Amino acid sequence: MKKALLLPLAALLAAPAFAQQVDLTKSQLAFTLKQMGVPMSGSFKKFAANVDFNPAQPETGKADISIDTGSIALPTGEASAEARKKEWFNAAQFPQARFVSTSIKALGNNRYQVAGKLTLKGVSRDVSAPFTATAQGKTLTVDGTLPISRLAFKIGEGSWSDTGTVADNVDLKFRLVLVNP
Amino acid sequence: MKPANRYHPLQIALHGLMAVLMVATFAFGKYVHSLPLSPAKFQLISYHKWAGIAVLALVLVRILLRLAKGAPALPASMSAAARLVAHAGHLLLYVLMIAIPLSGWLMSSAYGIPVVMFGLWQLPDLIAANPELAPQLGQLHDALNTLLLLAVLGHVAAALKHHFIDKDGLLSRMSLRG
Ligand code: HEM
Repeated sequence: MKKALLLPLAALLAAPAFAQQVDLTKSQLAFTLKQMGVPMSGSFKKFAANVDFNPAQPETGKADISIDTGSIALPTGEASAEARKKEWFNAAQFPQARFVSTSIKALGNNRYQVAGKLTLKGVSRDVSAPFTATAQGKTLTVDGTLPISRLAFKIGEGSWSDTGTVADNVDLKFRLVLVNP
Repeated sequence: MKPANRYHPLQIALHGLMAVLMVATFAFGKYVHSLPLSPAKFQLISYHKWAGIAVLALVLVRILLRLAKGAPALPASMSAAARLVAHAGHLLLYVLMIAIPLSGWLMSSAYGIPVVMFGLWQLPDLIAANPELAPQLGQLHDALNTLLLLAVLGHVAAALKHHFIDKDGLLSRMSLRG
């Protein structure tokens, strides 16, 4: 338990800090997908995030998020173990996934669009996701959904590439709780 | 009016349909449980759940029919003890026909995996996701199935005893012929 808490903290301290602290205990990286028409969700328990985002000047914002692929959690232990294997995330060979933003634009009405490069299992692609930012006291909560094609990143190879069982589209849901200095 | 000497044709049809469905669902369950995770396993689990929920829906119809139509009287030759065993056995089978699919549905909900009938209709979750409880419900599902296996073996043995030893024609009560 102690170790689980210390690791993200260590990652946070080690990474070059941007303007805001990210409260990792309240932030989450979850995803939903469909399996035989059945909605299933999972999450990554360990990730580090460096974010600098000011809703008044979104264009100057940036984000750099590193995800520990081995920390994937699915509804059953069997599924979590499977997801770390070669056909899926191949966590042994690709322990980290990374998202680095290239631009952030205001869409109006407290909505923004972030574009960037997502590197997953050795494959890099340009992706883009809408998000909202909600300020409350000293915290700013960023919530968004990034739809991705799992096959574009070779997530689920071999017999798992059949989208009739596990759909190709996966919605990556991110919530980052930023603490303003 | 003389009480009927056989079950209502709908009751007989349901008995046969559910017997086939439950043997298949049981065998599927055991087989799926033995498989490593694979796309085929995902598919088979879905079929298992659909069949199990169908059993749950059918048993509700069956219980309503039983309440409405009753059951033919047992052979006069049966002792009081044998009647008690027969009634208790049948009650146990009804309880299991409800409890087994319900425990499966509860397990799915606890794992946070909804049941989507035929891949089309999402059923409500019975309880909130609970990772600690889920495997325990799985054990309950398994234990209830072991009990079902014993109850069904007893049920079949009793039916055969009536037919071959007592020769009281009991089997024809649950048959559309003869
Ligand atoms: C007549 C109804 C049903 C019967 C006879 C039945 C029977 C079984 C059996 C024999 C097993 C294997 C247990 C073991 O060896 O551990 C099993 C597993 C299972 N059943 Fe059912 N079941 C029924 C209904 C349902 C329903 C309605 C659901 C869910 C909605 C369900 C979900 C499951 C699941 C998730 C497993 C575990 C598979 C695995 O281990 O990977 N069952 N069932």
